[in-house]
Amino acid sequence: MFADGLEDTIVALATPQPAGSSSGAIAVIRLSGARAIAIAESRFKGKKLSEQPSHSLHFGLVCDASGGVVDEVLVSVFRAPHSYTGEDSVEISCHASPYIIRRVLDLLMESGARMARPGEFSMRAFYHGKMDLARAEAVADLIAARSKAAHELALRQMRGGVSSEISSLREELIHFAGMLELELDFGEEDVEFADRSALRQMLDRVRARIAGLMETFTLGQAIKEGVHTVLAGRPNAGKSTLLNALLQEERAIVSDIPGTTRDTIEEVLDIRGVLFRLMDTAGLREADDRIEALGVERTLQKIATARVLVYVYDQTVLSAEEVLADLQRFARPDLQVLILANKADLLGDSAAVETGSRLAKAGYSHWLSISAHRVEDIKWVSDALYSLVVEDERLLESPMISSLRHLQALRSAETHLAKAEEGLRGNLTSDLIAWELRQTLHHLGEITGEITTDDLLDNIFSNFCIGK
Amino acid sequence: MFPQYDLIVVGAGHAGCEAAVAAANMGSRVLLATMNMQTIAQMSCNPAMGGVAKGQIVREIDALGGYSAIVTDETRVQFRMLNRSKGPAMWSPRAQSDRMQFAWKWRLMLEANPNIDFWQEMITGLVVKGGQVRGVRTGLGLEIESKAVVLTNGTFLNGIIHIGEKQFGGGRAGERAATGLTEQLLELGFESGRMKTGTPPRVDGRSLNYERMEVQEGDPEGGRFSFTPTRTPEKQIPCHVTYTNAKVHEVLRTGFDRSPMFTGRIRGMGPRYCPSIEDKIDRFAQRDSHQLFVEPEGWDTCEVYVNGFSSSLPEEVQYKALHLIPGFENAKMFRPGYAIEYDFFQPTQLQAWLETKRIKNLFFAGQINGTTGYEEAAAQGLIAGINAHLAIHDQEPFVLKRSDAYIGVLIDDLVNKGTKEPYRMFTSRAEYRILLRQDNADLRLTPLAESIGMQGLEQRMQRVREKEEARDAIMQFTRELSVAPEQINTFLQSKGSAPLKQKVKLHNILSRPHIEMQALCSVLPELNRFLQAYDEECISLATIDLKYSGYIEKERELVEKMNRLERVALPENLEYQKLRGLSAEAREKLLAIRPRTLGQASRISGVSPADISVLLVYLGR
Repeated sequence: MFADGLEDTIVALATPQPAGSSSGAIAVIRLSGARAIAIAESRFKGKKLSEQPSHSLHFGLVCDASGGVVDEVLVSVFRAPHSYTGEDSVEISCHASPYIIRRVLDLLMESGARMARPGEFSMRAFYHGKMDLARAEAVADLIAARSKAAHELALRQMRGGVSSEISSLREELIHFAGMLELELDFGEEDVEFADRSALRQMLDRVRARIAGLMETFTLGQAIKEGVHTVLAGRPNAGKSTLLNALLQEERAIVSDIPGTTRDTIEEVLDIRGVLFRLMDTAGLREADDRIEALGVERTLQKIATARVLVYVYDQTVLSAEEVLADLQRFARPDLQVLILANKADLLGDSAAVETGSRLAKAGYSHWLSISAHRVEDIKWVSDALYSLVVEDERLLESPMISSLRHLQALRSAETHLAKAEEGLRGNLTSDLIAWELRQTLHHLGEITGEITTDDLLDNIFSNFCIGK
Repeated sequence: MFPQYDLIVVGAGHAGCEAAVAAANMGSRVLLATMNMQTIAQMSCNPAMGGVAKGQIVREIDALGGYSAIVTDETRVQFRMLNRSKGPAMWSPRAQSDRMQFAWKWRLMLEANPNIDFWQEMITGLVVKGGQVRGVRTGLGLEIESKAVVLTNGTFLNGIIHIGEKQFGGGRAGERAATGLTEQLLELGFESGRMKTGTPPRVDGRSLNYERMEVQEGDPEGGRFSFTPTRTPEKQIPCHVTYTNAKVHEVLRTGFDRSPMFTGRIRGMGPRYCPSIEDKIDRFAQRDSHQLFVEPEGWDTCEVYVNGFSSSLPEEVQYKALHLIPGFENAKMFRPGYAIEYDFFQPTQLQAWLETKRIKNLFFAGQINGTTGYEEAAAQGLIAGINAHLAIHDQEPFVLKRSDAYIGVLIDDLVNKGTKEPYRMFTSRAEYRILLRQDNADLRLTPLAESIGMQGLEQRMQRVREKEEARDAIMQFTRELSVAPEQINTFLQSKGSAPLKQKVKLHNILSRPHIEMQALCSVLPELNRFLQAYDEECISLATIDLKYSGYIEKERELVEKMNRLERVALPENLEYQKLRGLSAEAREKLLAIRPRTLGQASRISGVSPADISVLLVYLGR
């Protein structure tokens, strides 16, 4: 898709398009390609950019054809291959007025640059061998990262976190596959074969690692995209008070979340870097008329796609049985539920604890007795929400997958590994077990790189004495 | 003195013989030139054909109309189907042959072909005009004209034999080396390299004590390589197995300081998977025993081949060490093992149809391409012979894909990856192992050979149709026959398989592991009656296709996926030097090989998936 135009010099605004009051002070315009420096120079009044070394910064003016000053700017020069794209690149920091940006882009295009297509800078970086596929994807995530944790996750994966974990998994599997191939190709020769139980152990280890990596998807996804959270409860449970209190403490500074519309996402919380996309709902009540029935129906729909449900109730009014009756309407195995017994300030603690233990017995262990009016209680709620998602903070430091493509590849790998394990129990001949392993390797290779049969043979020859 | 030949084949080993036969059966006038007519189709190393992956190749050669399988069948002294326990994709036929009968049978089959002439002399040069080969030049100074030439020089090009500190020119024990050709090819711009291989000592069977060895019998039911009804001998003779020990190793080590391998006199690269005994002791010092196969050289001769004891240590060290092996206490040696170094040409200099890129109508096959093994050589000979014929008739070259045949894998690997050590086929090298079985080689390949005009395939083609019809009928039957729990549950339980709860179609039961068609006949009289009409080969084919159907289907999908890359043509004049995203190694390899498709590019060693992505991006996909 980019074949016709790799020789072009491309230009684009690298920072967000300024819109209304939310625009920043500075905008960065990026040029990349063989003529990037020459094109920038043609519009720049200051030092001769073509004579400047790589990674240098220059102050000057951007002028139009008649010499009129458009803006005061800072220009960074990067020379191939030491730039993000691997090509000569220039970054122009100008003032972030839509007019100035428009003018600067126009002038650069008049001088021979072409507007970049979406993703074209990263594509060129990939094309020039600056990053592998998994890293290129991480960059796309980094650009889209909206919170501190999302940013860190993307940064870590870009430095190769998942890639190196997959490579190490692949190595272990190649060794394993090598042992089986050994039996197939050298069955007649004088080699000692690994016994089945050792092979099974090895397989278990690999499966555990793949499973671990798959488990990180939920967290990775939550960090990358935000956690779908639904706030529900009967009328007068104190939802609004709670929501406002939470927002006061934890409102996220985000302008927009793509892929959702304003009327489903009500608010976004940023709790220690994890984004919670909070959807408020109509009150839950037995539906008396059609309009209310619709509202309840909509609430149920929202909960059906949510990851976390925050259920609020007025503990001075509702019994544990009534709470359970409500909860049973949307129970789903993968829905995490935080139950907030509101209006604790109006009730003694002993009654609350009793309800809590009733709910815990029914399988709802995340229960807090709070008052939405107390700031310290709101902190508890935030903490509880955070630990629902980040069950183990150490996970944040380990390789984590957040791309659906990776998850699918891992799932396929796991499916084949499961068959291989079944095969090792005696239900498959070793040619078929080897087949399953090759498929596993193939799917892991989809994430980062490759599998060649040469790897298998090299492994065999370096580890075993072959030859009649 | 000579007519103008279509094709001259230089060398009459496994590659040369198959090349001559293939071209002759396509209709070419062929001259087979050899240094010694007494050594046509010599088995220079062990007296056996086939084995894992190699057996599949022999079946494929037969399916394509070659003679190796027929010769092997009629001269075999023992037959075994290897890897029986590992699933039908791994079943691999192997035969011990009578070495002298094997060569003699080959010669008679060649002589029976009116399109083949013979000439005994060393070929010392090629006649090349205008970038095209026009014939050969002999040691006597004769020029023989032809439209194409296939070189199958084996280990003879500047061959040097090493035994301990002694070394002398030779192409095989007792035979001269061939000179002149390498030098001319270098002048023509080819690049050559050196390789090394070795062979064990031959001993006097009368001096061995077989009581101290394990016996290895052939398969009692016998078996065949060829898809034609060859006459295989009824009797078989056993091989024996014995082991080296720490004392043997100790004696061998005393010769290490005179080993041409360890002292660096041999520079050629030897095969990692066929190491000499001194290599095994050196590299795997922790093992104090290695297995040896004691193989008879024929029905009547007492000569015995000591498989696994390949060595180039001084002859008296070999002799002393042999005597410490159980059963070899009084062994008399006929001749010592030796190592041989020879010239080869990196096969990346060839097209996918084995024609050289530099000289038109010049083909290389066998060890000259850096391979090892009779089967690998014969397969290349066959393909070179076919393509020489096609080339001189301006027809499209015949190229087998990796999904068609092990032969396709072999040649694709050679021309795209080249090789650093003598290349041997392994099943691990094939991506589509489940499709490339020995039992369906004829179904895969005979129709292809027929379509390009190979003669003499009538019997095989008729058999292909028979097998396909039988398989389809049997599979149809299993899809239609209902089996009731009371008919079969006792049988299923005896096999450790879950009993039925209701009636199911027979093919569902057959897809279970450990449930075989023939065994079911005992409880299902209807099946038994139906199968009476079919022979074992057809029943086995149907069973395999049934049991493997899921895998076969998935593998076909993978082939289809891969073929999509095969269909993406790369421009012949693509300026790889300008694609900066390519690794330096990939750029160099792509420039040298100039793959025709993206699929081919993806298999060049040094070209990584990232490089393929760069090409994809460049091509705009």
